[in-house]
Amino acid sequence: MAKKVNKETLDNVTIRFAGDSGDGMQLSGGRFTQTAAIVGNDLSTLPDFPAEIRAPAGSLAGVSSFQIHFSSQEIHTPGEKPDVLVAMNPAALKVHLSELKSGGTLIINKNAFNPKNLKLAGYETDPTEDGTLDDYYQAHFIEMSKLVTLACEGIDLSPKLVDRTKNLCALGVLFWIYDRPLEPTIEWLKNKFKNKDEIIEANINALNAGYNYGETAELFTTRYVVEKAKLPAGRYRNMNGTLATCLGLLAAVEKSKMSLTFAGYPITPASNILHTLSNWKKFGIKTFQAEDEIAGIGAALGASFGGSLGVTASSGPGIALKGEFLGLTLITELPVVIINVQRGGPSTGLPTKTEQSDLFQAVYGRNGDAPTPVVAATTPGDCFFTTYEACRIAVKYMTPIIVLTDGYLANGSEPWMIPNSKDLIDFEVNFEKENDSDEKHQPYKRNKDTLARNWAIPGTKGLEHRIGGIEKEDGSGNVSYDSDNHEHMTYTRAQKVANIANEIPPTEVYGKKKGDLLILSWGSTHGSCKVATEKLLAENYKVGHVSLKWINPFPSDLGKILLNYEKVIIPEINRGQLRYLIRAEYLINAIGLNEIKGRPIGASTIMNKCKEILDG
Amino acid sequence: MAEKPTLKKSDFQSDQAIRWCPGCGDYAILAQTQKVFPEITEKKEDTVFISGIGCSSRFPYYMNTYGFHTIHGRAPTVASGLKLANPNLSVWMVTGDGDGFSIGGNHLIHLLRRNININVMLFNNRIYGLTKGQYSPTSEQGKVTYSTPMGSLDYPFKPTQLVLGAQGSFVAKTIDKELKHLQSMIRRANDHNGTSFIEIYQNCNIFNDGAFGTLTDRDTKADKLLYLENGEPMIFGNDKDKGIILEGSKPKVVKIGKKYKVEDILVHDETDPLIANMLSNFTANPNFPEPLGVLFCSERPTYDDLMADQMSKANEQPKQTLDDMLKAGDTWEVE
Repeated sequence: MAKKVNKETLDNVTIRFAGDSGDGMQLSGGRFTQTAAIVGNDLSTLPDFPAEIRAPAGSLAGVSSFQIHFSSQEIHTPGEKPDVLVAMNPAALKVHLSELKSGGTLIINKNAFNPKNLKLAGYETDPTEDGTLDDYYQAHFIEMSKLVTLACEGIDLSPKLVDRTKNLCALGVLFWIYDRPLEPTIEWLKNKFKNKDEIIEANINALNAGYNYGETAELFTTRYVVEKAKLPAGRYRNMNGTLATCLGLLAAVEKSKMSLTFAGYPITPASNILHTLSNWKKFGIKTFQAEDEIAGIGAALGASFGGSLGVTASSGPGIALKGEFLGLTLITELPVVIINVQRGGPSTGLPTKTEQSDLFQAVYGRNGDAPTPVVAATTPGDCFFTTYEACRIAVKYMTPIIVLTDGYLANGSEPWMIPNSKDLIDFEVNFEKENDSDEKHQPYKRNKDTLARNWAIPGTKGLEHRIGGIEKEDGSGNVSYDSDNHEHMTYTRAQKVANIANEIPPTEVYGKKKGDLLILSWGSTHGSCKVATEKLLAENYKVGHVSLKWINPFPSDLGKILLNYEKVIIPEINRGQLRYLIRAEYLINAIGLNEIKGRPIGASTIMNKCKEILDG
Repeated sequence: MAEKPTLKKSDFQSDQAIRWCPGCGDYAILAQTQKVFPEITEKKEDTVFISGIGCSSRFPYYMNTYGFHTIHGRAPTVASGLKLANPNLSVWMVTGDGDGFSIGGNHLIHLLRRNININVMLFNNRIYGLTKGQYSPTSEQGKVTYSTPMGSLDYPFKPTQLVLGAQGSFVAKTIDKELKHLQSMIRRANDHNGTSFIEIYQNCNIFNDGAFGTLTDRDTKADKLLYLENGEPMIFGNDKDKGIILEGSKPKVVKIGKKYKVEDILVHDETDPLIANMLSNFTANPNFPEPLGVLFCSERPTYDDLMADQMSKANEQPKQTLDDMLKAGDTWEVE
């Protein structure tokens, strides 16, 4: 007998999958994301996992989560309070329940609520039994472990392996509620577990068991539809920041026709860049897992000296180790791209959580007067354009350059309109040509417009020269301790970086071009600031939003724009590092909004603070 | 090379004034290197000298080739990156006992185990020169220096032993005063495919003068130096009357004559790691002579060759363009 099911259309939904580290929540979230992408929703995701690979099962420390915000409209953040919480065990419920919207949907694996797990999570009574959840939420207690056991009867797999499929069961339930197709996930499973037929079958059965549970259980009476989003026309794919960064490097290789050497040392959350690039050797990308962080940048610099673009990636602690080499790269004026996937600091800090606290390190973290270009990506997909541009600028200006992304950008994802390689700005490389004359090659002879020195690579006849960390005489490149030359070189290096401002397009202002308040963001706070601005504009506040990508140098029109507003607020996941730079550069009293909790700042937090300023 | 070299020693001399202290052993090493290079290369533009920090690390400035004076201890990293980027280059690294074995110890051992085809020249003077006279990781224990007025507490490395432990595939030792021998070690290092390591005892006449005095004084050196020749018995001494034998697994110095004949003397086999390890332990051991020559030479695949193999294998994969990669995976059209 078919039950009566209502269909309701929603604009946007936020779901959080939470469970033990071993429960496969990242996988469930990832599959839901891919399906939402295929359906055509706009989306934004935020994975959140512990630093420990396998914290004690059932413990609060071991809870891993994945949040997806999907919509039929354009969205810019992974959402704040979820509408739906999937809790695979008591610890996951304990950690995340307080953030679930009042009246939100709770989907719980009832079988995990045993005395041991309840005790580990600190519950004195079973919240699925004492009625406390039903008062505030639409709670569904599903015996997922039991469902998958029944669904997998007759498959030659251990009970332990069968139980692992319960994440697919949870996914199946959600696919039913949000009326999503199962086929993409089934195809994916077949591909992922190729030649492991039992595993494929068990997972598909579990997925169907969850879906059918939704279909038949009397509890579920409404299905929700989130329509295709009205995004700008074009071809899209779901894109995370790590892949986008790697594609940006690949684009640099393909557009410049030069080779690229990536050298790095494993570190969370940057290691996946090394993993991805090591599969791309056929494009002429060489990868080198160095013995430490220092060797990573050293090898990158050596490669650049040899005429292959050197790239290294790390996170804050690793970047600290690379500091001395950054100085050498800078004084020898060779192009090296340094990617910092920022995480919580200082020291080891919060390895798997996001933060924006390495801005000072990027701008100032070297001995001596050592100006270094710094550019930050604003969204997962923007990592592509930012990385490509960084490579191009590094070569054009013969300089190290720091690309700032963060854990949220690297692991988060969004629909990405696929660019055409033809539309990327040209990437020229001009190695110095053979020299047959008697004239001695001048390694520090500069381009008049950019001040970049020439790039003469070993193997080229007649250009033999020596470089190094000791101060150079401009032009000849000979070691020089001359005081006037040193001052000249110090200013020349600074001017060269300042000249990069000529490459920066006019700053885009979203919202009011003049008004009461400018929201100035950099890097990944872009999305939340944009949403906050949208909402404030809708309430007729006179606000604008500028999303900074270039921190060093600043865009040349920024100073003027700042003066168009009564006040400037700078939301950052640090204690106010950009605010400090803006105050120092433009002598304006920018206001800070600083939340340092290892996760993106919510749009509502920004909106509330802005209102406080505007209404106050 | 059978033909007459096309380049001359002077082609390898840069126009930079040399700034080592008068009497420094580095001069001799530089001169021998410049002398040998016309024989071992026809294209000086393919030669690159890379160094770290210290007196020895100024070396690249004086060679009229490509050169990179990097930062303290890190030359192996830059050399590795350069060689991987362009395997056709002849890459030489110059380091000292502080640069290579103290601040840069980690990089050096990893270079050796990877066996990247780079030639390493270690100038070992057993002292920090450029920072003005502190003890180094090869200084003898109890050394009185500015930083150790009551004598150093550190026990020293034996460089060749460390290099063998790090899986070095070519390990040689020579001395700044033995010019011909120094030249031949440079030639041998150049011939070896893989990381070549030459330890060069080098006198610092300012802060550690005479550190190798017994090995260089005319009166004592014959009894103190053991010249190694592959396939030849390990014989030394003024009258060529001393040799090394093995008693079980223990080496021993014996007099050749009544009890021991030349035939009893251990024959050097530079491919034998046991012999190499034994010889490396003779260093600073009063019971044995100091071995000079190639202690160990055994080819194994180099990192750069293995990488080239992987790169060409990857090249056989189906061709893809940048746009193919941008469009990969699940995509959808928005009208």
